[in-house]
Amino acid sequence: MPLRSRGYAAASSDEPQFINLVQKSSFLNRDGDAIFQDPEFSRISSKETKNVNYYTAVNDALATALETDESAILFGEDVAFGGVFRCSMGLESRFGKDRVFNTPLSEQGLVGFGIGVAAQGATAIAEIQFADYVFPAFDQIVNEAAKYRYRSGNQFHCGGLTIRMPGMAVGHGGHYHSQSPEAFFAHVPGLKFVVPRSPAQAKGLLLAAIRDPNPVIVMEPKILYRAATEDVPVADYTLPLGKAAVLQEGRDMTIVGWGSQLYTLEEAVRRAEAKWPDRSFELIDLRSILPWDADTVIRSVNKTGRLLIAHEAPLTSGFGAEIAATVSEACLLKLEAPVARVTGFDTPFPLIHEKFYVPSIVRCLDKMEALFNY
Amino acid sequence: MFALRPVRLAAQGVPVASRRVMRAGLATEATSKTGDNEEFTFELGPDSFLTHNCDMPALTTTATRGELLDMYRTMSQIRRLETVSDQLYKSKLIRGFCHLSTGQEAVAAGMEAECNEGDAIITAYRCHGFTLTRGQSAMSILAELMGRKDGCSHGKGGSMHMFGKNFFGGNGIVGAQVPLGAGIAFAQKYGGNPNHNMTFALYGDGAANQGQVFEAYNMAKLWNLPVMFVCENNKYGMGTSAHRAAASTKYYTRGDYISGLKINGMDVLAVREATRYSRQWTRELMGPLVLEMATYRYGGHSMSDPGTSYRSREEIAHMRSTKDPINGLRKRLLEANVIDEEGIKAIDRAVRVEIDEAAKQAKASPEPDLKELWTDIYVKGTEPKTVKGCEPFDIHHY
Ligand SMILES: Cc1ncc(C[n+]2csc(CCOP(=O)(O)OP(=O)(O)O)c2C)c(N)n1
Ligand SMILES: [Mg+2]
Repeated sequence: MPLRSRGYAAASSDEPQFINLVQKSSFLNRDGDAIFQDPEFSRISSKETKNVNYYTAVNDALATALETDESAILFGEDVAFGGVFRCSMGLESRFGKDRVFNTPLSEQGLVGFGIGVAAQGATAIAEIQFADYVFPAFDQIVNEAAKYRYRSGNQFHCGGLTIRMPGMAVGHGGHYHSQSPEAFFAHVPGLKFVVPRSPAQAKGLLLAAIRDPNPVIVMEPKILYRAATEDVPVADYTLPLGKAAVLQEGRDMTIVGWGSQLYTLEEAVRRAEAKWPDRSFELIDLRSILPWDADTVIRSVNKTGRLLIAHEAPLTSGFGAEIAATVSEACLLKLEAPVARVTGFDTPFPLIHEKFYVPSIVRCLDKMEALFNY
Repeated sequence: MFALRPVRLAAQGVPVASRRVMRAGLATEATSKTGDNEEFTFELGPDSFLTHNCDMPALTTTATRGELLDMYRTMSQIRRLETVSDQLYKSKLIRGFCHLSTGQEAVAAGMEAECNEGDAIITAYRCHGFTLTRGQSAMSILAELMGRKDGCSHGKGGSMHMFGKNFFGGNGIVGAQVPLGAGIAFAQKYGGNPNHNMTFALYGDGAANQGQVFEAYNMAKLWNLPVMFVCENNKYGMGTSAHRAAASTKYYTRGDYISGLKINGMDVLAVREATRYSRQWTRELMGPLVLEMATYRYGGHSMSDPGTSYRSREEIAHMRSTKDPINGLRKRLLEANVIDEEGIKAIDRAVRVEIDEAAKQAKASPEPDLKELWTDIYVKGTEPKTVKGCEPFDIHHY
């Protein structure tokens, strides 16, 4: 594997620029109403679409939530001005300062506040500015939000709470603008956790999260906010939580990822198809980390006999470990090779060595080869 | 109970000469011929301080020529350092997140003027100035900004994570450094603290709203720790102006049971006087203080923020033209005949040359070796046997 030093600043690399992968991705709908052939979208009655980027789709979902639910409020650091990534642009002026507002810089406080709002039956949509800053609120999420219903015997809950947070690598984010903390939350019964891969997915999953009667965390891959653009249904719609999406069907290997990692995996699959023309690959977007769609993954691995999981978070106790354990249990006799993982290393997210740290195309391809050669 | 009369402390603190040693390598020639020890007296503006349950610091202050020129030079160095960082960022040699302190130089320079080497400082991510005043070279700061091997964190920390002797960083998580400050001060006190060292825990007006700041206040007062909670109030936390985020913007009173001072943080002499006052406070075992430095950042929050959408250009221009800490001190020095125009220009020139030279050296420094990806996670020899990647050859064996 070519672990040559590549310029941090100059960013020269054998790997194509991420933005180019997104721009040519077949996962993004560029054919207007073609998206309605997808069964998850086919039940939407209005066939109107609009070409928007990821942050605009998030904005659209938030506006829809505020419009259709008068108890809904939106808050977080700098949210009134649109937020760091412009996701809430224009919503303060449209829905008023009492529904869309800035909170003080206080993650533990603002999440706790949101739990209280939701405990009154209202819809609380909180933004954590970066997923890296969710940790001051960890106690509120894990001990308060997730267990409110259970510990009160269903008398109280904060099901109306949704927490949005931009996560994952962005190219040069360093230690505290890059992390993928999904595995921490996957360990917490009572929560749901989703990672939308594209604008149309973001709109539908975010609306589903807001309307789901449980506290849900939505991690939005920040690198996609501007990079990913597609034709998104204009109507109000939701997509199912807890369900994976099969992006490409295949016979010889199952590949599972989520968020922005999927675009890297898509290119890895393209190259694998060129390299092994007689092989085909099944690519799955897990979408929901909690609850996760074990059925879809197991069904796929029982067919292909090989599984590769890729995620940016470190290997040890990353969510890939859970998938691997489940699949080993359910598919043992069908497996042609041990379940493989390509992940971040067991190091803090590095500043200048990000390119080596994230599961690159080359690293994924190497692993695919190892799976075939096992 | 709060009757502290700060005494004139001219003889206290570390002699100027030894403070200089910390900034070894920086130009000092411009001053040597003019009689460094001649003393000058200045009147601070009547609105230099506001108090919360304590006496007002002195409004007359004296300083030697050496001290004054030191402060001037330090502020100029910080400003030039930030200007060069801005240029390096624009030429893409610095990537990612980078926060400049242009406009806020008087805080770092004024505090350093009364700091001992044994005093501890911990701050947030707007840390380049403090890294310099705490003795790291401009070269190592610029190298760190570019993620180079000779950076003060060996290229592994970047803009937000710089460290030095008794400088505990450079911290990216807003507010997290404040309770650390209380702990650092506890350790100082626990060690007997013969030199009356103290800790300065800095945070912004935005950070002042984090719960752990108040948790730290309580511990510090409960255990009477020599920690100064220094709130750098630059009026904005990212795009949110202070009054939109805080029920009370009197940050110096927000310690409630901890006395506080609000200081004109655009006047380096006022900052220095307040620092001196706080040393006396801790000497008398009065525990913590909250020091609110009223200051202003000229640029945006970070490099991706033009800084003009939530405040007017006029406001920025007004602060620059009437409150600038460097111009303010320059004017004082010229009026009091501490130095003449020529002398000031010589310092400015020397600073420019020095920082530009540092940038050149920093650019020549290589990126850290890839093996550094695996180091510093655990103490050498105590790590798990391996750090895992996904390939047989990705697994790093210690
Ligand atoms: C826990 C946490 N939440 C949010 C952020 C993002 N953030 C970085 S700086 C900042 C504003 C801080 O403002 P202030 O404390 O006034 O400091 P200043 O930038 O003005 O120096 C925010 C919200 C962060 N770094 N850490
Ligand atoms: Mg501020």
